[in-house]
Amino acid sequence: MEALFSIVIGILVACGVYLVLRARTFPVVLGLTLISYGVNVFLFASGGLVIGSAPLALPEVLIHPDPLPQALVLTAIVIGFGMTAYTIVLALKAYGELQSDHVDGEAQG
Amino acid sequence: MNHWIIVPVLLPLVAGALLLVLQGSGLAAKRAVSIAATTALVPVAMGLMAIAATGEQQIYYLGDWPAPFGIVLVLDRLSALMLALCSVLASASLLYALGGDDTKGAEFHALFQFQLLGINGAFLTGDLFNLFVFFEILLIASYCLIAHGGGRARIRAAMHFVVLNLVGSSVFLIALGVIYGTLGSLNMADLALKVAAVDADSLGLVRVAGLLLLVVFGLKAALLPLGFWLPPAYRSATAAVACLFAIMTKVGVYAIIRVHTLIFIDPSDGGFSLDAWLLPLALATIVAGTIGALAASELRATVSYLVVVSVGTLLAAVGLFSRDGLAAALYYLVHSTLVVGGLFLLADLIGRQRGEVGARLDRSRSVYQPALLGTLFFFAAVAVSGLPPLSGFAAKVSILQAAQTSAAAAWVWGIMLTSGLFVIVTMSRAGTAIFWRTEDTQGEPRPVRGIEALSTCGLLAGALLLMVFGRQAFDYAQATAEQLLHPSGYIEAVLANESVSTPASMRE
Repeated sequence: MEALFSIVIGILVACGVYLVLRARTFPVVLGLTLISYGVNVFLFASGGLVIGSAPLALPEVLIHPDPLPQALVLTAIVIGFGMTAYTIVLALKAYGELQSDHVDGEAQG
Repeated sequence: MNHWIIVPVLLPLVAGALLLVLQGSGLAAKRAVSIAATTALVPVAMGLMAIAATGEQQIYYLGDWPAPFGIVLVLDRLSALMLALCSVLASASLLYALGGDDTKGAEFHALFQFQLLGINGAFLTGDLFNLFVFFEILLIASYCLIAHGGGRARIRAAMHFVVLNLVGSSVFLIALGVIYGTLGSLNMADLALKVAAVDADSLGLVRVAGLLLLVVFGLKAALLPLGFWLPPAYRSATAAVACLFAIMTKVGVYAIIRVHTLIFIDPSDGGFSLDAWLLPLALATIVAGTIGALAASELRATVSYLVVVSVGTLLAAVGLFSRDGLAAALYYLVHSTLVVGGLFLLADLIGRQRGEVGARLDRSRSVYQPALLGTLFFFAAVAVSGLPPLSGFAAKVSILQAAQTSAAAAWVWGIMLTSGLFVIVTMSRAGTAIFWRTEDTQGEPRPVRGIEALSTCGLLAGALLLMVFGRQAFDYAQATAEQLLHPSGYIEAVLANESVSTPASMRE
């Protein structure tokens, strides 16, 4: 379980970093989204991974999940969503102003 | 529980929301709300500073939840100082913006208030995840403010700023995940206890988290390998925004001071090797900033690089990890924030009166009011390069004195003095180019407005006041450093849960 989780997080973040380094606004936005997915999954796992536990802390359940990482992830998702929206708007604006989708405003070399 | 502690967070929040509601009404109404809310922060912050000066940490339990389960706001000497500094800087920059900067783009005033909400919250909070949330609030407001006014240069700088900070936020979340996964808490006071008692197995992970946090805060503070975003962003930002952003790098510095004097102090086994990183990086930042300032061909770019120099100096003083070093750093922090903020405003005033050439250091028409702007520039140059009789001198002398006992004393002395010399060269070159090497034609007749002069002079006067009241300022800084280096008071105050009215069953 832990191995699967870490592999998934690793692949998500690696793909995200690759896309961000492409330095074109659309891949950059996708890359940032992938990184934040990877980070959210990581944050979710920080409460410990347990197989067979209940999703909620109920009195009759013995193995409680840790509710705090769930709250943290929820906050992180909401913030990430807002940031992505803003980045897309800014990327569109930059394309309009600079006539290029390169993050430097012009492709080099 | 003193409810005034939450006012610096609530006031900008309510004012910002109100400004959004007032969207349809005229500019005058928005300006009135914005300036009232911002200047009201000054007496509040001063009052809080007086409370904090008693030396006891004041804790505000949000929702009356007991720590470490709920979120707490903590008012101690450091956070009160930062709040007061922020309120003064914000009032000056908003006053300047009323001269016309606020009409260059949409919703300046609401964004300004949300920016203050994020900054004040970051200074007050006693919870790491809450710190992340306030960071995001101040960042999203700054993303919009940095592009305020539009134009190619601003949009390009904003794009870099946004992408870098989004990656930085991801690193912040990873650090928080590691901390929660290994220590099971995010309350700073609780973490301090848990880090001190951490077992050998998770020590490595905790150390990784501590250094990841240093990376995140270093990015905000523009520490060397992470600071290349700053000059293009600050030089292209609108003057009032750039002035307010003088405190943004200090938010990063504040977070470094807070986290590394409270949580990640472990002298037992070589510590978190922070001292091995911070001082060399800070000195390298000074070098890079000085080279940039020397090479800059425009006054606003010069000032942006001086921000980098000031961050380097500040973190070098923090990196000494001594009481004197920390006290000198805090004094320098106040000085550099006010002076650099004033310089950004002054550069805008100069650029406006020179017409097309702006603040570029080329031969061109003279400014319209050479006496006024020249005097202000001379004053600011003396303050920023650390010459007597202004506060920059006192700050640098105290940093150098604090470095005397350090092992790296030769490096600190050498780099800071050389950098000081080159900053003098830079400023005299800029002053000569702008005020003396001019053509005979007169500049644009756009005289400085009263409020603009007031805000610029007000900020620069800080350098004089800090010198006149140097004794009191240094006493406060010393007491703050003392408080920071004895974190047990902070920890006990937070975990005491004095005013919390929780049922006994929850306390177990």
